[in-house]
Amino acid sequence: MSSMVEKYRNNFLKEVEANVEEGEWVKMCMQCGVCAGSCPLGKHWAHPPQEIFMMIRAGKREEVLSSDSMWMCTSCYNCIVRCPRELPITHIMHGLATYAKRLGLVPKKQPTAWFSQVFWDNMMKKGRVNELKLGLSLYFKDGFVSGIKESLKHQKLGMNMMKAKRMSIAELFGGHGIDKVSDLQKIIKKAEEIENARIESYGK
Amino acid sequence: MAKYEYSFYPGCSSQKGASSSNLARSVDTMCEELDIKLNTIPDWNCCSASIGYGGGGVLPRLTLSARNIALSEQHNTNQDIVATCAACWLATKEAQERLADDSGLMADTNTALAEAGLKLENKTNIRHMVEVLIEDIGYDKIGEGVKKPLEGLKVAGYVGCQTNRPFGIDGESFENPMYLDKLVDTLGGESIKTYEKKVQCCGGALAFSEPVKSQEMIHGIIESAYDNGADVIATPCPLCQANVEIYQDEINAKYGSKFNMPVVYYSQLIDVAYGRNATDSSLDGQVIKAKKLEEIAGK
Repeated sequence: MSSMVEKYRNNFLKEVEANVEEGEWVKMCMQCGVCAGSCPLGKHWAHPPQEIFMMIRAGKREEVLSSDSMWMCTSCYNCIVRCPRELPITHIMHGLATYAKRLGLVPKKQPTAWFSQVFWDNMMKKGRVNELKLGLSLYFKDGFVSGIKESLKHQKLGMNMMKAKRMSIAELFGGHGIDKVSDLQKIIKKAEEIENARIESYGK
Repeated sequence: MAKYEYSFYPGCSSQKGASSSNLARSVDTMCEELDIKLNTIPDWNCCSASIGYGGGGVLPRLTLSARNIALSEQHNTNQDIVATCAACWLATKEAQERLADDSGLMADTNTALAEAGLKLENKTNIRHMVEVLIEDIGYDKIGEGVKKPLEGLKVAGYVGCQTNRPFGIDGESFENPMYLDKLVDTLGGESIKTYEKKVQCCGGALAFSEPVKSQEMIHGIIESAYDNGADVIATPCPLCQANVEIYQDEINAKYGSKFNMPVVYYSQLIDVAYGRNATDSSLDGQVIKAKKLEEIAGK
C-alpha cells in the first residue's frame, strides 16, 4: 500500500512535507480554486495557492520557491476558513516564503520579503517592535537621498501621528523593550538551532 | 476584588507613544467601568505578528508566543490570557493550539525555553477582549451601564480579518459576523447592516510593503462606509484602525476622493456611552476627529 502511494509523491512534494510549515497538507488540495477567488490580493499573484500546490506536486521546485506569489499573502485567513478540505493555506504560504528565504530563492527586491526581515530584526533587538525605527527603515530602504524624499512625502502623516501621541521621537533613543532581552535572544537562538538541524538533516 | 480578572497581553502597538496607545487608554477606561482587572504578563515580548515569517521559521515564531504563555502561567497562574490586538491574539492562540496538537514541536519549544529556565505547561486559554465582553459579561449587562446612548450615530462595523478568521468570535459566521453590530446597537447607536466591507482585508502588514495594493482595498473600505451613510467606522483591530484612518490624505490625493472618515475602537464607543469624557475615551488620539462622538461625550 505505502509503496503505491509513494510513487505518486515526487521529491519536491516530500521535501515540502518535511521542511515547510504545514507542508504535509499540500497533497490534500483538490484544485477547486476557492482560495484564489477568496484572496484579497488574488489578482496580483502569479500563481494562486491551488496552482502552487499543483506545481509542488508536479515537482516544479525552482518555479515555486522563486515565485513572488506567497509573498502576496496578507494573512487575512479568508482561504483557510473557506477551503472545503480545510487546508491551513495561510500557514503553508508563510512556510513556503520562509523556506524560499532560507534557500536564497526570493526574487530580488521583493518588498514584503524585505520588510518581513526588517520587522524580525527590529523586534529581536529589544524584544518588542520599535515602530518609529521600523517606519524609518522603510522610508530609507533605497538609500539616504530617496529616504529624505520619502520622509518628506509622508511628513504630514508623521506629524498627525505625533499630534495624536501615537508616534514618539523618544523611540529613536532607546525606546521600549523587555528587561530580559538576552534571555529571549538565547531562547530564540536555540529554537533556530533546533530547526536548522532538522532541515539540514533532511535527505541525509 | 474586581469582578473579572485576566492575564493581559497588551502587545507592542499599545505601548506609550505607539500607534494604538489610544486603544490601550480606552480599554483602561472600559475596564474601569466594567470592573475588569487586567494583570499584565511581566516582561512580555513581541509575537512577531503575521509578518515575522520572512525572518523567523515556525519554531522560533511559536517559541516567541510560548515564552509569553509560560510567563503568564508562572506569574498569573490559572488566569486566561486576554489580548486586545488582533495579531497578538491570533499568534498566541495559534501557538497554543499548534503546540497542543504537536508533541514534537512542544518538546522543541520547551528545549528552547529551558535556555532561560522557563517551562510551558500550555494549559492556558487565549482570548480576545471582545470574547470577554460577549461571553463573560454579555450584551444585556453591558447595556445596563449605558448612560449616554449613542443616539443617531451611524456606525459602519468594520470587523476586519484577524479578529474574525480563523478563530472567530462567539461561533459567528466568518462571512457576516454580527457581534460588533450587536454591540453598537446595545450602546444605543445605529449599526449599518448593509456595510458590505465588514470583513474586507485592509492589507494588514502589507500596507507598509505593498502600499499601492493595500490602499486600493482601504479606499473601498472607506468608500462603502460613505455610501452607507456612516458617521464613523468602528473596529476591534489596531492595524485595521491605523491602516484605514491614517492614509486617507494619501488615498484622497491618488483617487481624487474627499475622505475624512473617523475610525474608532469598540472600546471608545463603550467609554462614551458609559458617560466618560473625550479624553478618558481617548478621542484625542484620533488623527481624524470623531466629531459626533465628541459631541455625545461633551453632552
